[in-house]
Amino acid sequence: MKKEVITDETDQICHRRRRTGSADSGSGRMCSTNTKADSANVSGKVTAVGSTALQPLVEQAAKDFQTTHTKVNLSVQGGGSGTGLSQVQSGSVQIGNSDIFADQQTGITASKLKDHKVAVVGMTPVVNKDVDVKSLTMDQLKQIFTGKVTNWKQLGGKDEAITVINRAAGSGTRATFENAVLKGATAIKTQEQDSNGTVQKIVSTTPGAISYLAFSYVNDSLRALNIDGVKPTAANVETNKWKIWSYEHMYTLKSKDNKAADAFIKYVQSSKVQKSLVKKLGYISIANMKVQMDAHNKVTTIK
Amino acid sequence: MMNAKQSDRLATVVIYTLVGVVIATLVFLLGYILFQGVPHISWRFLTTASSNMTAGGGIRDQLFNSLYLLVLTTIISVPIALGAGIYLSEYAPHNAVTSFVRSAIEVLSSLPSIVVGLFGYLVFALKFNLGFSVLTGAIALTVFNLPILTRNIEESLEDVPNLQREAGLSLGLSRWRTTTKIVLPTAIPGILTGIILSAGRVFGEAAALIYTAGQSNINVSYTDWNPFNASSFLNPMRPAETLAVHIWQLNTEGVTPDAKAISAGASAVLIIVILLVNLGARGLGGLVYRRLTGKQAKGAA
Amino acid sequence: MQLTRTNAMIQDELTHSSRETRQDTRGRALTYLSIGLVVVLVVAIIYFIAARGVATFTTNHVTLSEFFGINWQPTATDSNGRPEVGALPMMVTSFSVTILAALVATPFALSVAMFMTDIAERRGAKLLQAVIELLVGIPSVVYGFIGLAVVVPFLRRLAGGTGFGILAGTIVLCVMVLPTVTSLAAASIRAVPLSLRQASYAMGATRWQTLRKVVLRAATPGIITAIILGMARAFGEALAVQMVIGNTTVLPRGLFTPTSTLTSTLTTEMGNTVPGTLQNNVLWSLALILLAMSLVFNLLVRLVGRKGALPS
Repeated sequence: MKKEVITDETDQICHRRRRTGSADSGSGRMCSTNTKADSANVSGKVTAVGSTALQPLVEQAAKDFQTTHTKVNLSVQGGGSGTGLSQVQSGSVQIGNSDIFADQQTGITASKLKDHKVAVVGMTPVVNKDVDVKSLTMDQLKQIFTGKVTNWKQLGGKDEAITVINRAAGSGTRATFENAVLKGATAIKTQEQDSNGTVQKIVSTTPGAISYLAFSYVNDSLRALNIDGVKPTAANVETNKWKIWSYEHMYTLKSKDNKAADAFIKYVQSSKVQKSLVKKLGYISIANMKVQMDAHNKVTTIK
Repeated sequence: MMNAKQSDRLATVVIYTLVGVVIATLVFLLGYILFQGVPHISWRFLTTASSNMTAGGGIRDQLFNSLYLLVLTTIISVPIALGAGIYLSEYAPHNAVTSFVRSAIEVLSSLPSIVVGLFGYLVFALKFNLGFSVLTGAIALTVFNLPILTRNIEESLEDVPNLQREAGLSLGLSRWRTTTKIVLPTAIPGILTGIILSAGRVFGEAAALIYTAGQSNINVSYTDWNPFNASSFLNPMRPAETLAVHIWQLNTEGVTPDAKAISAGASAVLIIVILLVNLGARGLGGLVYRRLTGKQAKGAA
Repeated sequence: MQLTRTNAMIQDELTHSSRETRQDTRGRALTYLSIGLVVVLVVAIIYFIAARGVATFTTNHVTLSEFFGINWQPTATDSNGRPEVGALPMMVTSFSVTILAALVATPFALSVAMFMTDIAERRGAKLLQAVIELLVGIPSVVYGFIGLAVVVPFLRRLAGGTGFGILAGTIVLCVMVLPTVTSLAAASIRAVPLSLRQASYAMGATRWQTLRKVVLRAATPGIITAIILGMARAFGEALAVQMVIGNTTVLPRGLFTPTSTLTSTLTTEMGNTVPGTLQNNVLWSLALILLAMSLVFNLLVRLVGRKGALPS
């Protein structure tokens, strides 16, 4: 029974975490108690709230999960990472979905929360199709978003003003991008949008526009850029050759043990979901990562 | 200096021009939405559940949820708005307090949806423990609709000539009876306009519902007619994503390959449903009006 | 025996209220209850917003001059370590788009309303009204995307720049408030008694003279309400405006530069903040300002409207 429910994939992750002494206490604890947590008998009402970027994955996983765990009543809602973290912290909901480490969110006591990383998202700069620049250096990208470069001509392209579209202040996507690209510098005041879909549409309709998107939203209406010659692919994220990526988290409250919530999160982390759903929805499986990142954006290799 | 005839002609030309511009805009807008959306509408599209990741999802649950939410919201908001409107028009003293209440109600309708949504979430979903549910959504939408409904009902009542009230009162009818039996029926066409406008808002609203009715569905059974069963489609305590919220979701974080097509199809369906509800309400209103007053409606009812 | 009964009956009639009165009392109680509910709701929401909105100043000690400044970046602090919460750009923009949208929409709405009530034949008017009311139900997002696909590129070609800005916002809002203003104005124009129109025509007035000097003036209070509710909608609209206005928190330098309204900033940033923090409180302050501005608007429009109305 035990061997059936603990997939080798999760085992592996647990194994790695234990060996590397990861700061991520959440998954560590789960690994040691997983025999209890996952059983078909769990029941109860679980509400997951937060990140809209993570919502499609969690929602679909919830649907699948409930076909085998019929006594669990799962409801997955959006509302934003800040909402998710604050609602799980106050105990109003059982799971808070977040694009951002709880440590990085103002007003959240991260020590009260248990982090469960469920997927990795890669992000890439995207431009309108009329921009003829194909690749940028990390420094050029920084200069664009800090307003030092304002015309594509300065980067070897045609004479066209750059329209910078940033993501909403305080959002996980923005934080990831600023950590990886701006490295402490302040972005210029410019257009801010809060969803991948809106950014996608604005960039594809505005000549000279640049912004950044999660990999899964890149389509043929716009163009992704290479950075320092590296292509934005899942394989490059897994080795950290592509630097702009972050985790998707599901947080639970440490003081409030909820078996149904734990069982569900474990299901999301299982190889079944990681190998199919996660990939299909354009995320990168945590099991494939050869590096890990802590809440202070320090990246280390998983040995 | 123009004479009266010339200015009348000029005014007519201006009015026709402006109306022409509006009609052109209407035709363009509706044409745009229908042209893009109608090709995607099929029986299958209307009767299949939505999908988060694969192409080919439908809008069955969202369509039903929109209608169900409309019914619930109307049941909650119309009686309250009627009472409040009657009070403001028939009973309220003409003083500063009354006019302040009036302004406060109107100001309420300028609140951004998200504020009403968060209010609904923190107060009704959490404090009153209703959770993400159709009921919470209906209450939030009631908050939205009350201003426009109340003011509209009040106006419609005030437009009824005083002669009618005097006639009722002089026959020895009480004020209440005069209002409900004579004044109210006469005001039905105007009241209907308010109800239809607020119904439109219920269909089109997204931001307020994300925090209240929720942004995802649970599996419901359409054969279970007992609203107290958790899986019944009539259960008002289940979370429910409406069409407008679904369209919003598809356009902001949708990852299905056919998100664009579904969004276009759903928008077209929404417009058609609103048109049907609109016509239905008018038809029903006209019928009630004729029953109660025994004459043909004067206005658009 | 007979006498005493009659006495009792008379006594009963004199000391107890009649059926009609009792009914009236019950009915009146019902309306009191309803208006009470509405008032409680209004007060609750205003308190709810005010309590959070005021916390910016009481708990986070932001000064009023900082709040009315022009630098908005609540997640960062300026060189003095003070939070950057200047909301003036958004106030100016919200004010501008709302006024402009109302100014542009009103002539259109009144024309259509008069057309439906006094000019067109009934069948055409009915159809037009039904179609206009359809517009209310189109989700904001759809308006936003059509604006992005049609209005913004058009303005880009017309005026250069990116096309995002106050004018794009105004155009989109104009269409969005049109149904509200038109339907409510039409309802009040329709309610002007036929006898007034007949009297005017009988004196030899033209249609325009009748409309302008009699009908519109008699309907003024209703038209004012229509405009106010339309402006309220413009004030509160977020998702559509956010996509076409450029959503940049800087002071607008004209009709064609990207800027941001109170509502669009509020909606963009709310989900990423945690209740109780400065970043969250200051967004509620925006909502509070919105309410205050909306109230001032309301009173102003009423004041202007009173002058145009027929003396009653």
